[in-house]
Amino acid sequence: MARKISNRHKTVATIAAWLVAFLIFFPILYTIITSFKSETEAIAGFNLIPSWTLESYSEVQSQYNYFKPFMNSVIISIGSTILALIVAVPAAWAMAFTPTKRTKDVLMWMLSTKMMPAVAVLFPIYLIFRDLGLLDSRVGITVMLMLINLPIVIWMLYTYFREIPVEILEAARMDGAGLWQEIWHVLTPMAVPGIASTMLLNIILAWNEAFWTIRLTTTNAAPLTAFISAFSSPQGLFWAKLSAASTLAIAPILIMGWFSQRQLVRGLTFGAVK
Amino acid sequence: MATKHSSSLARFMIAPAVLLLLVWMIVPLSMTLWFSFQQYNPLNPIRDGFIGFSNYLLFFNNPAFIASIINTLAIVVSVLLITVIGGIFLALLLDQPMWGQGIVRILVISPFFVMPPVAALVWKNMIMHPGYGVFADIARFFGFQPIDWFAQYPLFSIILIVAWQWLPFATLILLTSLQSLDSEQREAAEMDGAGFVNRFIYLTLPHLARAITVVVLIQTIFLLAVYAEILVTTNGGPGYASTNLPFLVYQKALLEYKIGQASAGGIIAVILANIVAFFVMRAVGKNLDR
Repeated sequence: MARKISNRHKTVATIAAWLVAFLIFFPILYTIITSFKSETEAIAGFNLIPSWTLESYSEVQSQYNYFKPFMNSVIISIGSTILALIVAVPAAWAMAFTPTKRTKDVLMWMLSTKMMPAVAVLFPIYLIFRDLGLLDSRVGITVMLMLINLPIVIWMLYTYFREIPVEILEAARMDGAGLWQEIWHVLTPMAVPGIASTMLLNIILAWNEAFWTIRLTTTNAAPLTAFISAFSSPQGLFWAKLSAASTLAIAPILIMGWFSQRQLVRGLTFGAVK
Repeated sequence: MATKHSSSLARFMIAPAVLLLLVWMIVPLSMTLWFSFQQYNPLNPIRDGFIGFSNYLLFFNNPAFIASIINTLAIVVSVLLITVIGGIFLALLLDQPMWGQGIVRILVISPFFVMPPVAALVWKNMIMHPGYGVFADIARFFGFQPIDWFAQYPLFSIILIVAWQWLPFATLILLTSLQSLDSEQREAAEMDGAGFVNRFIYLTLPHLARAITVVVLIQTIFLLAVYAEILVTTNGGPGYASTNLPFLVYQKALLEYKIGQASAGGIIAVILANIVAFFVMRAVGKNLDR
């Protein structure tokens, strides 16, 4: 079984891979570095060693009240994920454990709703939100993100639940377990990892959603996506401040993303690649 | 095992999800369809009502429309080519034994987690800015005149940013698929004297075919809808040089208040997406049967 791998092969692969990885990661790295520079340093030409000042971070907070959009992002992404799970867990559960001949069609139809281009319904949604007073409200954008991610959440949960062996239920029943005992002691512990992974991926997707969040919020409910987009009209020097705002906006999700690589593959391919 | 009782319970458990998605799909989409046949300007209270296919004709006769369709396709096709070919190479590279594989993997997939406005602004200002960007620094170092990327090559610049965002996705999926390749099969091929190129063409590539299909289809859905990257960098310009279909529809609807035309454009976007969706559903549906 053991393929003989020469040390030379391994060294060459290591150098090549690290080089490519560095190039791909470079824009992120350079942003993080620049966030610790002063504004004059930031435009003084290429330099990988900052003076480690935190002034951009404090200015982003004092000038732009950064904490507010950050908290909006937290509330909206977690809120929409919880809402989606409340609707999706029972649905995925039922389809996985009591499938009928229509289950497949229902799943496919749900997937098809994900493919509707957002821009096609931009104006109707805008009108509906305006008439219901939901424009620039956290409730409105949370519900919106819940709806657009619901198909992915149901699909992911379904692929996880389907892997729970039904025989284990029969065994529990033989031992005299009732329905609630079955659900609580047997199925729930087996379903929790799948639900947790789904939750993680959905928070990432909601955090980074950049169409509805930009168009349906302005100031009050604006999450980081909308806030950062407004940074595009520079007034004076803003390179270091932009970097600080960007670093804070991507750091939490970058770390979550690193922990959810596998689930990402599964969730975004609707179980087609595992 | 499914008794009458449990199947009615199941229906009850599925109902909220189905209802929500049904409303979400039907209500706004039928409104768009209706608006696409209307003369309607929210700033102008006089409505002319039903005007047949005039909005579609107006939209088609707008020079921006042809430009936007060409740009949309250019973005989709170029990014797909870059990410699939680049992704295959990267996946093959990352599949090799090496030191620090875990860290390399993390570095490579990171761009995927960067929100689109940040990705676009970082590239625009830190990397490609004609005065202060890294590209300009490099150009000056070698004695060249820095290029104003977003003014001179707006579409290329956007393609570059979007490709950077999606290359990690393609790499990750192809790598996952590559790692499920039977190592015994690979060894057998090696023992039979198949070289790297032959193994790649006759063993690896056929094995990756399914993952490549999935990458192409899923990316296409997202690439047809590129929006924030354009909004924060070129704003569709100069002229219509980097306006894609979603961006044109947004401009018509929320900037020019030409709701009828915007809706007609939206319906065209739906038709485009449906063509792709048809193939996605077939690919995913096949997997469901297994």
